[in-house]
Amino acid sequence: MTTVFDPGAAAAEATGAILADTLHSAHRGVVVDSPPGAGKSTLVVRAALELADAGRPLMIVAQTNAQVDDLVLRLAEKSPELPVGRLHSSDADPYDKALDDLPNVRKAAKAGELTGLPVVVSTAAKWAHVKVDEPWRHAIVDEAYQMRSDALLTVAGLFERALFVGDPGQLDPFSIVGSEQWAGLSYDPSASAVTTLLAHNPELPQHRLPVSWRLPASAAPLVSDAFYPFTPFRSGTGHGDRRLAFAVPSDGGGPDRVIDEAAESGWGLLELPARHTPRTDPEAVRAVATIVRRLLDRVGAATSERAPGEPQPLTADRIAVGTAHRDQAAAVRAALAELGVTEVTVDTANRLQGREYDVTVVLHPLSGRPDATAFHLETGRLCVLTSRHRHACIVVCRAGVSELLDDYPSTEPVQLGTLVKFPDGWEANHAVLARLREHRVSWRP
Amino acid sequence: MSLISTLARLEAVSTGHAQPAATVRHRHLSERPLVFVPLTTAGEAGAPLGALVGTDRDAPRLLAVPQPRDRDLRFAFLAELADVVLPYMEAYGAEVEAAERTETDPESGKRVKVEVELCADAPQLIVPSRAGIDFVRLLGRSMRFRRTAEQDPETPYPAPARVPLLGRWLTHFGERARVPGSSLLLAATDVLARHWATGQSSLEDQHLGALLAWIDPPDGVSGADAARAAELARDAHGQLECPPAGPATDPAFDNKLLAPAIERHDRARTALAAAQDGLEADTRLGELTAAEREIRELVLSRTLPTWEKVWRGLDLLRALPEGAHVEERWTRDRWSFTGQRDRIAAGEPPQPRRDDAVTAAGKLAAREREQARLEAQEALDDPLVMAARRLSGEAFAGEVTDVVMAYSEGKRPSPRPLVTVRTQDRPHLGERAKVYRSLGGKPQAAEFVGREADDLFVLRIVDKMGRGKVPEAGSVPEKGDLLCFTTFEHEQRGGPKLPDPEATPWTHGGPPGEAVPEAADPLTAEDVL
Repeated sequence: MTTVFDPGAAAAEATGAILADTLHSAHRGVVVDSPPGAGKSTLVVRAALELADAGRPLMIVAQTNAQVDDLVLRLAEKSPELPVGRLHSSDADPYDKALDDLPNVRKAAKAGELTGLPVVVSTAAKWAHVKVDEPWRHAIVDEAYQMRSDALLTVAGLFERALFVGDPGQLDPFSIVGSEQWAGLSYDPSASAVTTLLAHNPELPQHRLPVSWRLPASAAPLVSDAFYPFTPFRSGTGHGDRRLAFAVPSDGGGPDRVIDEAAESGWGLLELPARHTPRTDPEAVRAVATIVRRLLDRVGAATSERAPGEPQPLTADRIAVGTAHRDQAAAVRAALAELGVTEVTVDTANRLQGREYDVTVVLHPLSGRPDATAFHLETGRLCVLTSRHRHACIVVCRAGVSELLDDYPSTEPVQLGTLVKFPDGWEANHAVLARLREHRVSWRP
Repeated sequence: MSLISTLARLEAVSTGHAQPAATVRHRHLSERPLVFVPLTTAGEAGAPLGALVGTDRDAPRLLAVPQPRDRDLRFAFLAELADVVLPYMEAYGAEVEAAERTETDPESGKRVKVEVELCADAPQLIVPSRAGIDFVRLLGRSMRFRRTAEQDPETPYPAPARVPLLGRWLTHFGERARVPGSSLLLAATDVLARHWATGQSSLEDQHLGALLAWIDPPDGVSGADAARAAELARDAHGQLECPPAGPATDPAFDNKLLAPAIERHDRARTALAAAQDGLEADTRLGELTAAEREIRELVLSRTLPTWEKVWRGLDLLRALPEGAHVEERWTRDRWSFTGQRDRIAAGEPPQPRRDDAVTAAGKLAAREREQARLEAQEALDDPLVMAARRLSGEAFAGEVTDVVMAYSEGKRPSPRPLVTVRTQDRPHLGERAKVYRSLGGKPQAAEFVGREADDLFVLRIVDKMGRGKVPEAGSVPEKGDLLCFTTFEHEQRGGPKLPDPEATPWTHGGPPGEAVPEAADPLTAEDVL
């Protein structure tokens, strides 16, 4: 006999346990692993409000200014009365102007001006310059897997206990210089903050959020199997809950066919003829831009569990393009501008982390490459690119990537003492490609 | 690899000659570097076989270990090496100039200026290849925890007097070599490959002979052929004509020449020990000396070609003018050297086996800053490097076509002139992106306002114009000026202050505790012959 999986109940149970540990556990830290779109931000906001309610002064550490602003906005939305401090840098335009409209949000470049507020939010980089006589009772560290161990070292003295929340499957933090000499040390400064934290405090309670509310039923199993094989998760919605439809029928071309395939199945692979190309492969870039143009031209409508029976228009702000490199993103932006598209987000995997769209178009990191380097094979990069969508993900790629993978097995040296937590990028790439191949549209531009 | 270096490599292939990758020299070269060409024993990590070392290219000092697995002979080698290296280092430690440094006053906690000594120049160690840098590090690690009989009369295998000190210096140089842009310890192949692009892979560039063959091939031979010959050509006895730059040796040499010679040496030594009387001992001693001489000659035959190539490489590099910021980076090396000199003088213990959490974080942050500084300075010093940044959209150069005076809003309006630049480059500029240009060696910041046409960029200059309402003379670009703006910063900000090691937080294991004197690696069965 099998019990019916109730995603809402499973998620609520996990959240309850996390909040109980955060508020009442004897341990100094709690770690929460969250797969893509599992309600991490919602959890952070809820935990922040409960801690504030309990009268514990709280600092929140996020990694980027955009994340900080986003958190402040969410806090203010949930609890407009709660006084929140936004600690910012002294550069020009240090925070989102939208914060100026919030009466209970106080902004300051000096921590001293925010003393006494129940919640103060800032980036790790800014917190690192703050000095306090008495540490905060509690901290929430958001995106803790993207935070480097050395960044945690600079802020850990500011709080007594902390809730660490993050997605272990996204891009690992990196350093622009070699750090092999510390590989295997528990406090390797280039490792992620959570790795160091758990190496020194293995007894800390660890939780995970079991349900992805973002990924559709078509994507959750693949992303879970390929990137989270040891901590599987489910989608919160079923196969019939989401639908993507277009008012304008297909013109029969490659881009339209792959759009239809993706609308139907959640995945689409537009395969261009095999070829070694420069990074900004003009044909692939143009194919990406054309797909985006057609997505808009064909007047799409997305129906989801949020409003069953009420299709929402697929507008430019609900579409994103993901690439591996910044020059590729720039090339796609230029190609889109030529086609008259300006509102669509085009960014690298690093910057798309934590974002959500209805449809994503991805330029495959290995497309057209003669080799597969560690950068291009990195598991987190592919994971970020293939897990931003609520409805469909379309990948544009040159043929021959699986042969390329076979020619370049991962050759990273094995470092003694380091914890291998993940399937390697090579395996994850193969898993994703195998699935994408079922939704392939071959096209010669 | 940047587009321009790919192009340079392609051009090298088609012309058969390495192409310049820089127009100036980006590393400091000492007037009197100490060149060190080490060889190691195959299969015995850290067992030196011999070395050529010295500051005079015509008179290298040959050091050889006739039986590398013999601990006493190894110590004798290291002691001899210390006799060459330490006087060289110490000479630099003796000449100082006065300098100022900001330190935190332990009583008031305030930052105060203190007078300190700064060594007027620093020693420079040059090894043939990157593997040589690793070997220097390995030697340093194997020596610095050793105890001399004077330090510890009980120690079972006391090291010669100055060996642990040499270990500390080599460790310092090895660690400093990890700092981007530092020049205390350089690998000839790294520096040459920085300044020339060859038609081979960067892995192949680690072969000093092949690299030089591309840069400076013999007359009438293409770089590709010369490099191939350097890698593969063997003489009638099957030996490489251009021995590898070490420290590893060629197996054919190990098997055919070295192993029999070492065996003869071992036999001669056993025979000497078994000699019955003085006369026989004399004969046997002669045989042993002959066997030793043979090994020394073998070591010389492998190291001398590399020695000459290192100096040849230095000649080629010296022909390039020094980059404008090289001196500033060398001053950092001098600080680093002075710091180590002071730590030794103060009787501090050798560098620990592993960094603690705070030290590791501090080193990583410093190296990331140095990397960013190096990249910016190399671009500012060298139009060819800047060209690569321009091609990748990180910089743009062009002519000022228009300057419109404008002012900031607020109580005290400051000048915020709008400058239009015409450029053929295609920079990636986001909304209100910051760009920088060099104004008398200092960066002046501007903000990207918008594009008037595909090749016309409007910028708003935001600083370095003085405090008045009228900008200082020369601080605002003028129509017709040729300028180069970068999207990367020219100077690096200091990072946040790290906690003291005693205040290491609980997330990183808490304070490391009392430092205990570290012992040398424990003895294993393999250690004793």
